[in-house]
Amino acid sequence: MVEFTLPKNSQVQPGKAWPKPDGKRLKEFRVYRWNPDDGSNPQLDTYHVDLDECGPMILDAIIKIKNEQDPTLTFRRSCREGICGSCAMNIDGTNTLACTKGIDEVDGPVKIYPLPHMPVVKDLVPDMTRFYAQHRSIEPWLKTLSPQPTREWAQSKDDREKLDGLYECILCACCSTSCPSYWWNGDRYLGPAILLQAYRWLIDSRDEATGERLDNLEDPFRLYRCHTIMNCSKACPKGLNPAKAIAEIKKMMVERRV
Amino acid sequence: MSMQTPLNKVRGLGSAKSGTEHWWLQRVTGIANLVLVVFFIFLIISLVGKGHGEVSATLGNPLVAIAMLALILSVTWHMCLGMQVIVEDYVQAEGWKIAILLANKFFCAAMAIAAIFAILNLSFGA
Repeated sequence: MVEFTLPKNSQVQPGKAWPKPDGKRLKEFRVYRWNPDDGSNPQLDTYHVDLDECGPMILDAIIKIKNEQDPTLTFRRSCREGICGSCAMNIDGTNTLACTKGIDEVDGPVKIYPLPHMPVVKDLVPDMTRFYAQHRSIEPWLKTLSPQPTREWAQSKDDREKLDGLYECILCACCSTSCPSYWWNGDRYLGPAILLQAYRWLIDSRDEATGERLDNLEDPFRLYRCHTIMNCSKACPKGLNPAKAIAEIKKMMVERRV
Repeated sequence: MSMQTPLNKVRGLGSAKSGTEHWWLQRVTGIANLVLVVFFIFLIISLVGKGHGEVSATLGNPLVAIAMLALILSVTWHMCLGMQVIVEDYVQAEGWKIAILLANKFFCAAMAIAAIFAILNLSFGA
């Protein structure tokens, strides 16, 4: 059943207020903390960062907090330029990448939570196991039956252009974890990120398994839990449009019957 | 604690290889409703304050009666499909889900049959 309230042991409590550093332009950060080892509820810790001593992005600030105030603060990050998708988190109420979200884009205290409705490993680190398994389940690789050409599989410029707006997806899961349908039925619904990836292979002119791919998606839950809520397209930090990709898959489903 | 692999859980019972029909019919009945409900509103307005005899006479017109029957079929069908989606979205306990889905089907069928009976009754001048 849909859960409208958090279970008792997940309710967020007020946390520790860390001492303010020196500096004139202090910005407040309220960060979700949860440690699987101490048995207590999650809490919201408050930190302050001097913006004169900090880079412009949210990720700069939390790295600074980790380096200078609280080394136990746990989060994922790698490329710091929006290409790896590691630092996806809920900032100021929206799922986005900490490395491409500017501190100056947020008015007042910056509230940072892990991606919604995912199991939490620790602090801002969600468990992505199922999400990756779902990606694996759509078999995201080129599938062909024709004899292997001696060189590359050829593709016209026009056909290549069809992959624009799809291949840029970095699987950060901002879209999927913003989707209420994925929250309620994430065990069976594939979610926007995976369906966008599925569409990327469905319209690849070189792929010869389009029918099998459609068969695999044609399911009341895997595909049709999408109710065009559009949170996915709103959340995508890369400016992609998963909702449109899903609509295109639905069109293909109809197209092959009429 | 399950020892199934994550991929095994995701693949589950496999694809149902259906759902398109359901999705498409919801759109088709939706479009039909758009036209038929407008007709229905005009019909109701034209019958405001009229007695049983006049309503019966209006429904005696085969075009009006057929449009009314189409409205009932389209609306109850749409209602049934839509409610099914809502139940599948929000009810996850398997037993409850089946029970509510069955109740939904029976309720919609009963509504449709009762409404059709009433229209035919009036239409044939009972």
